[in-house]
Amino acid sequence: MRQRERQLGALYALPLSVFLGLTFLAPILLVAGFSMMPEKVFELAHMPDFSAYRTVLAQGYWKSVAWSLVLAALATLILLVICWPLAYAMAKVFKRFTLVLTIGVVMTLFVSENIRLFGWVLTLMKGGLVEGYVRHWTGLGFDAPLYNVPVIVFGLVYVYLPFMLFPLAQGISMVPDDARQAAYDLGATRWQILREIELPLAMPGIMVGSLLTFVLAAGAMAESKLLGGRAVITIADEVQTAFTYGQNWPLGSALAMVLIAIIGTLAIWAISKADLDAMMGRKS
Amino acid sequence: MSDPSPILRISALTKTFDDFTALHGIDLDVAEGEFLAIVGPSGSGKTTLIRLLVGMDDPTEGAIWLRDQRIDVIPANKRPTCMVFQSLALFPHRTVGQNIEFPLKLRGVAAKARKERALELLDLLRLPRDYYSKRIQQCSGGEKQRVALARALAFDPEILFFDEPLSALDYRLRKTLEKELKDLHRRTGKTFIYITHSLEEAMVMSDRIAIMRAGRFEQIAPAEEIYARPVSPFVAEFMGEVNFLSLAGGAVAGAELSPAAQAALAGQSGTLVIRPESLRLAPEAAGLILTGTVAAEYLLGSRVQYRIDSPAGELTVEVLREDAVAGVGAPVSLGCDISAVHVIAEAEDAAA
Repeated sequence: MRQRERQLGALYALPLSVFLGLTFLAPILLVAGFSMMPEKVFELAHMPDFSAYRTVLAQGYWKSVAWSLVLAALATLILLVICWPLAYAMAKVFKRFTLVLTIGVVMTLFVSENIRLFGWVLTLMKGGLVEGYVRHWTGLGFDAPLYNVPVIVFGLVYVYLPFMLFPLAQGISMVPDDARQAAYDLGATRWQILREIELPLAMPGIMVGSLLTFVLAAGAMAESKLLGGRAVITIADEVQTAFTYGQNWPLGSALAMVLIAIIGTLAIWAISKADLDAMMGRKS
Repeated sequence: MSDPSPILRISALTKTFDDFTALHGIDLDVAEGEFLAIVGPSGSGKTTLIRLLVGMDDPTEGAIWLRDQRIDVIPANKRPTCMVFQSLALFPHRTVGQNIEFPLKLRGVAAKARKERALELLDLLRLPRDYYSKRIQQCSGGEKQRVALARALAFDPEILFFDEPLSALDYRLRKTLEKELKDLHRRTGKTFIYITHSLEEAMVMSDRIAIMRAGRFEQIAPAEEIYARPVSPFVAEFMGEVNFLSLAGGAVAGAELSPAAQAALAGQSGTLVIRPESLRLAPEAAGLILTGTVAAEYLLGSRVQYRIDSPAGELTVEVLREDAVAGVGAPVSLGCDISAVHVIAEAEDAAA
């Protein structure tokens, strides 16, 4: 009986396994293969060749990696702080309004990220929506708050808000009301309730939200290109450059593999911490 | 109620929700160390009352005093009371020990002292000491109950409130825990206020029972007194099966009274309350005699219950098995001593 169940399970999982193998695993293996080719040529003869990785180390690409990780970490932290109250309200306070908010936030995803970011450029640029009107009315112009690091972080926060908000709301809805009330009754202050009860019990949601935003933000480049005007170059930008202008596929692949390794390690660590079963409503 | 220094005093407590009044200006004094059960059907206001007492809600009017401190104006986390929730509300992400230590940790008690106290409480609640590091999910229903109690006792409250904590358990476990709770009350000497819809629970454990109905206290007294001398038909019925006979000017419709009974009831009007076990079948001499025919017979273990049609209305009688009579359809005469009869006077009846 057990044996049969296991066989059936494997059978049911087969279509999705094949799909994941072709769409997820195969491209990674392909990129891994490219990364081990000699630079600037396409040949399988001299594989494996780690010159692309040497270039990664020698050419100071670590700066782009560091910027990507720092920007992603900053965006994730800021998103945690802004989304917590909003997610709390969605899970516990707003009733019908939660749906309105959900639709509102999801709607923004229907418009391409680049177009939305260009919208911000038009709004913030010199002679744009804000500065243009201010100058028209007061005669005083000012420099556009564009092309710097803070505006890149703002862009990341703006673009990835839904990916933090919804998992967080889900996580907060898992905190039982009576546990909060019991803690309060036993003498806990609001901060103690947050620290001792709400944060630990909402941890699966916090982990999933942070992971999603961090991973997406670490692989982002549109914000630094469009809003940041390449004030800093992110690693994703370097990967794209290597593949396109550089025509150096092995270098691009090696850079991609470094990013995948860092983020993959982080993701696996975080997932092992988060109780995904509880998140999906399956109590262990 | 004439206790000189009550630990808890509720005065003219009123709670109104929009257009519904859940509590109508109720008063209550609770003595230090007392076990008071507040009993009532759902919707009687007992849950509203306990929410006000622990501070999860604010009263519309009135005051709650703990000794000489007015506590209804203090937030729940600053009140020296705590509650065992119906759901227990244990913290699922913490171990048994961490749950028990929680109130101590909040006060900044050192880890070693906390653990010592937690182990003492495990002893007090007869849980093995190695439960200290167990996960809450590994505990059975009864063990969780004890952990919740230990956590509440770690808080060292002036008054411990209970919101039907046993209602979700099966019958046998409930019976065991009722006795343990009563024992715990005796050993700790704390004041317990226990909300329940189960009169049985209240009778086993409490010193006094307060019966609530529609946002008011109907009667507050020890269990025996409420059983023997209910102030209203509502209380009488709430306390178990009962027969009501109408009394008008000293005469009971459909019943014969002995001279002594006539003297005892002379001039009174209202409702006569007779418990099923106070009625006897085929009495030789009794203060009050009724006749009728057996309509139904139910076996209750060592006792037999009869439903009897009589001119005074439908009656319920419970007798020992050896006193059983011939079955359904048999004519019977019933009697009861006048001392076992309680009269609810007209005025009280009307107020109920």
